[in-house]
Amino acid sequence: MKFSEQTEAKLERLLAGFPPDRKRAALVPMLLFIQDEVGAVTPEVVEEVCRRLQIAPLEVEEVLSYYSMLRRRPAGRYHLQICTNISCMLVGGAELFRHACRKLGIGNHEVSEDGLFSLEEVECIGACCWGPAMQVNYEFRHRMTPEEFDRLVEQLRRNASSQAPE
Amino acid sequence: MLHPEPHPLEVTVLTRRFRLPNSASIEVYLATRGYEAFRKALALTPEQIIEEVKKSNLRGRGGAGFPTGLKWSFVPRGTARPKYVVANADEGEPGTCKDRLLMQYDPHALIEGMLIAGRAVEASAGYIYVRGEYRYLIEILDRAIEEARGRGFLGRNILGSGWDFDLHTHSGAGSYECGEESALLESLEGKRGVPRIRPPFPATAGLFGCPTVLNNVETFCAVPPILLEGGAAFAALGTPRNGGTRLFAISGHVRRPGVYELPMGFNLLRMIEEVAGGVREGRKLKAVIPGGSSCPVLRAEECDLAMDFDSVARAGSMLGSGGVIVMDETTCMVKAAARILRFYAHESCGFCTPCREGTAWLAKVLARLHEGGGRAEDIATVRETARNMLGRTFCPLGDAAAMPALSFVEKFREEFEAHLEGRPCPFEEVAAHA
Repeated sequence: MKFSEQTEAKLERLLAGFPPDRKRAALVPMLLFIQDEVGAVTPEVVEEVCRRLQIAPLEVEEVLSYYSMLRRRPAGRYHLQICTNISCMLVGGAELFRHACRKLGIGNHEVSEDGLFSLEEVECIGACCWGPAMQVNYEFRHRMTPEEFDRLVEQLRRNASSQAPE
Repeated sequence: MLHPEPHPLEVTVLTRRFRLPNSASIEVYLATRGYEAFRKALALTPEQIIEEVKKSNLRGRGGAGFPTGLKWSFVPRGTARPKYVVANADEGEPGTCKDRLLMQYDPHALIEGMLIAGRAVEASAGYIYVRGEYRYLIEILDRAIEEARGRGFLGRNILGSGWDFDLHTHSGAGSYECGEESALLESLEGKRGVPRIRPPFPATAGLFGCPTVLNNVETFCAVPPILLEGGAAFAALGTPRNGGTRLFAISGHVRRPGVYELPMGFNLLRMIEEVAGGVREGRKLKAVIPGGSSCPVLRAEECDLAMDFDSVARAGSMLGSGGVIVMDETTCMVKAAARILRFYAHESCGFCTPCREGTAWLAKVLARLHEGGGRAEDIATVRETARNMLGRTFCPLGDAAAMPALSFVEKFREEFEAHLEGRPCPFEEVAAHA
């Protein structure tokens, strides 16, 4: 399995940071960086990572089942993660999440039929002073309201339809 | 802009570059005395550097408040094994969002702090472990590390000193537990974030079993100012045994939530009233969690308090990570407790029984209490479960869950009782009309 030039460069830099006999240390970010490109940690990805780090599939599975950002099936093109932890909850995070479910017609950890959106209720993302907060893939959105959320969804729909599918 | 004009009561030491255009660039850093502290450190012996940090009364900003200089002094001298410096940038304690700003606006301060630590313990490499959600910060840090290498501050024979030291960023992938130092090291070695038994502590057996200095981002960022102005000057900013300033993230029901840099020992009520603009909509203060969600909650009348490690501990809580969560009179304490415990149940790594079972029980019983299905004995169950967890878990996550559970139920018992026997939450109606 070969990845894009950018991803390969990232992986190379990651591995260069560890002594040659400690390659396994790169495992967690390696899975995340590959997932960013492939969309999920597929069986093929697991195989490839095992080959590159010279570790057993079980060692990858252990890690895969532990970290909440790693997934076996792809999320939507726009993965919407809404924080409902205490600081965001105090300023309407839970209401925002419920609104998002209604607006998109999907529940927690679900993907919309067109594959455009997926939704996740997440724990603290480190935006406590600017809540309710969410992330669109890796991008932070602060001080969200239901109205702002609707505008965001429309904007993302327009972005998706104006970009030629690959 | 996540960081507006500083409040007049702020003392900007670590945040002094935040408002400068291009503050993350090495040009701006060098133009504002950047890497001067490191040059100074190069002329000192490791013992002298550690002595200066000890004098500053700097204590760990991640939550535990352990004296930084003392921690560094535990690293063995003259061993043949490689030594490492690790920055804990796995900011995940609910209520805390300060390290994010330090890395976004002043990444070179973190690099310089790690360099000085590396020099003090004669390390050969360092890693910045950044939580997976903070991807944009990895990009900022990677750029800054490249810049520092380009100017000869990192790499081989740094500034002609004969010392080699390099830095690398590393990403987590979603796990609160990895903020615990030994779990972080496991994750950094490519494994599940399950804590290690201690002792041995990382200072003697850390990354790859080698001596390791592990500190929070804010702790490292405080080191350059300490070397520049002297440990005594930094100590004088705070209170006895609590040196310097602290970045407080004030969230919840205040008019101006935000991250503010204030001297250690700053009064909590003043922080809420004056710095953060007071409780929103003229409502009354009900409760404050002073240092992130794992700290015992304080009732409003307990908040006339100096915010340093020792004063907050005397008040029965903890200064923790500096995440000040403010709750006004419309807040349901049962709901707040239930949400916090749901978090700890989700994040327990499941390795040790009291934490795995205890957090799940607490979350379940508190949710039931809030939803109206609570039984009279549930209040006692919460107390007993939490008490049985305290001090009996493998790592601090168990205590981090038990302490808020116990404090909410003991300090706001009347609210828990008001939810019993199928009665609806008395605050839901208030919230609906808010």
